[in-house]
Amino acid sequence: MGLEAKLNSDGFLVTQLDAVVAWARKNSVYPMPMGISCCAIEMMASADPKYDIARFGSEVMRFTPRQCDLMIVAGTVTYKMSHVVKKIYDQMPDPKWVIAMGACTSTGGMYRSYSVVQGIDQFLPVDVYVAGCPPRPDNLLNALIQIQNKIGRTRARDFQNLKLPELNVIQNN
Amino acid sequence: MELKELISQKLQANFPEAEFEFSEYRNEFNVKFNKKFVNPICKFLKEDSELEFLLCEDMTAVDWAKRKNRFTVVYHIFSIKHSFRLVLKADVDESDCTIDTVSSVWKTSNWQERECYDMYGIKFNNHPDLRRIYMPEEFEYHPLRKDFPLLGIPGSLPLPKK
Amino acid sequence: MDRLTKDDVHPKILQKLLEDSDITIEDALENEMILNMGPQHPATHGVLRLLLRLDGETVIGCVPDVGYLHRGYEKMAENMSYYEYIPHTDRLDYISPLANNVAWVLAVEKLAGIEVPVRAQYIRMIVAELARIASHLVAIGSFAMDVGALTVFLWTLREREKIMDIWDILCGARFTNSYTRIGGVANDAQPEALALVKRFIDEIDANLSECESLLNTNRIFIERLDGVGVISKEDALSYGYTGPNLRASGVEFDLRRATPYLQYDKVDFRIPVFTEGDCLARYFVRADEVRESAKIVKQCLQLMQPGEIKANLPKSVLPQKTEIYSKMEELIHDFMIVNFGINPPVGEVYHAIEGSKGELGFYLVSKGEGHPWKCKIRSPSFIHIQSLPHLVKGHMVSDVVAIIGSIDPIMGEADK
Repeated sequence: MGLEAKLNSDGFLVTQLDAVVAWARKNSVYPMPMGISCCAIEMMASADPKYDIARFGSEVMRFTPRQCDLMIVAGTVTYKMSHVVKKIYDQMPDPKWVIAMGACTSTGGMYRSYSVVQGIDQFLPVDVYVAGCPPRPDNLLNALIQIQNKIGRTRARDFQNLKLPELNVIQNN
Repeated sequence: MELKELISQKLQANFPEAEFEFSEYRNEFNVKFNKKFVNPICKFLKEDSELEFLLCEDMTAVDWAKRKNRFTVVYHIFSIKHSFRLVLKADVDESDCTIDTVSSVWKTSNWQERECYDMYGIKFNNHPDLRRIYMPEEFEYHPLRKDFPLLGIPGSLPLPKK
Repeated sequence: MDRLTKDDVHPKILQKLLEDSDITIEDALENEMILNMGPQHPATHGVLRLLLRLDGETVIGCVPDVGYLHRGYEKMAENMSYYEYIPHTDRLDYISPLANNVAWVLAVEKLAGIEVPVRAQYIRMIVAELARIASHLVAIGSFAMDVGALTVFLWTLREREKIMDIWDILCGARFTNSYTRIGGVANDAQPEALALVKRFIDEIDANLSECESLLNTNRIFIERLDGVGVISKEDALSYGYTGPNLRASGVEFDLRRATPYLQYDKVDFRIPVFTEGDCLARYFVRADEVRESAKIVKQCLQLMQPGEIKANLPKSVLPQKTEIYSKMEELIHDFMIVNFGINPPVGEVYHAIEGSKGELGFYLVSKGEGHPWKCKIRSPSFIHIQSLPHLVKGHMVSDVVAIIGSIDPIMGEADK
């Protein structure tokens, strides 16, 4: 099933460049583990030998946003933390995706209280919501597969007119 | 002599004006006194060689909403020597919402008092660094007061722009 | 590569460079620098933020900033019944959820004056000790990872997964269990679960030694931690240290021994104490405690007799689900407890257990209603983080990471 099976005897392959780029991109998603609370432990567990996120090409958890294209927001986002999450999201290079892992990240969950943001989609564009409090590691892997499917459907033109975040960047013009 | 009697005798002998009230509930020994004496009493309990309450486990306040003395500041201190826990209480009224700090006695009280200030708005006199600890600096309310709603005041905490 | 000329540089950047040209090297050496560490930092165990004042690479000042995970737990407790709060305690110290469950129900039982059957007490002891093992395994693993030994982290997490499997069978949830109930536990411990516990306990010593063999003879590990982050006995007590961190400073204080709760006075265990008070001592205490906990669990398995797992108090203890479906009385009691709560008498209690991080206490004030009037969580991590400025002063930036790892804070518990 590998690439070799698709190659003909002369060693070339006819495809769209878009498809190759999307294929490469989806199989090497670098997650930015935005581990905030309990879900972070299950996110850690998904990287451990039992669940082994490396099978899906995402074991390279980078703690610097500049090297990542998937942000896993794992844990309760409070109002105080929301500015940090947004800032880190803005620092990630495009194209980028977001998984809202767990009930409290998605909707506020069991925390109906004064300090918890009732769902991070109030300030972030979320691609996949994962149910559970916290979700089991298998669930996170499933979400990762969903993201991979989504990335697999992208084309270069999807990313042409991306808006830059409002940061204090010296524009080159 | 039993430890509880020893404590009450010693306290009454050393602080005759502190208006002590002793009570016991579920095997916990409670001592209530006038808030003016909180610092010397704590210092005495820590440094007395027979008692040695070296560990301040916990410090908090209770909001009684409509009562005359609205808040009670509660300290739980522990003597490792005797394996004994003592509960200290002092009433604080809303009109004079201050009490002396004990952070000079136990270093751990520093943050616990900051937490208490953040949550209840009780000011601690002579505290070295009385800032909010959990909520952002610009937040105006004190969340654990009974008149603060569970879901907060809309718009009191800003969200980043989408 | 060609050298950049003046034309290649953006005019704004060039202007900025020219403006800054009055900074000399001497200034940079004399001035102090503020380094912001966290709240998103791999070594801060969650969302702890430290502001470090640096002189070169030496830390001369540190201001911790907490509250990035403040979820309003104490406020929520005032608005829900005692039963409803059990799942919330899971998420306090989320590395050892079952220990928090046990602490909460013990506090409520003390408030309401409920006696718990002996078998339930032993089950609680087993799960609480397993929680301690799980917590210490994560603590050791992430601590080792912070100082650069990734393999240990994977190995200890592998051991932790076995505990998760036990909890999966025992409680039906692998991570946030909510297993205890007021007056007992949710369900009896199944023989399969107990067999798994026994197997795990028999193996843990050898498996832990395997992890330790990577660390204890590792010169980099030892030399990086020996004498780093020292806290004296007096300071540790004054800062309110409890648990492994206090015992690493030479105070033999353990609430399981000092104020025995559950059946801890029936079992025999040693309190590991080290006198150095540095990062290495804190690691050794945790490793030793894993073995002692395993010993306690082993004794509990032997001492445990078949019997009731819930107190026979229909007004305050939830009946079993099967009975609710088949019996009228139980249905009524269930309805009453769920809707109106257990209404403990007016009073206030503080109950603390030896949690995995230290003394985990709940201070409860009841006005005779179904929900607590006030609930204060005494969380050890909050207290331990407070001492960071004292610990890191005079050390290098890279030592800060090791010190945070060694005191093992969990922000869910510290921020409440």
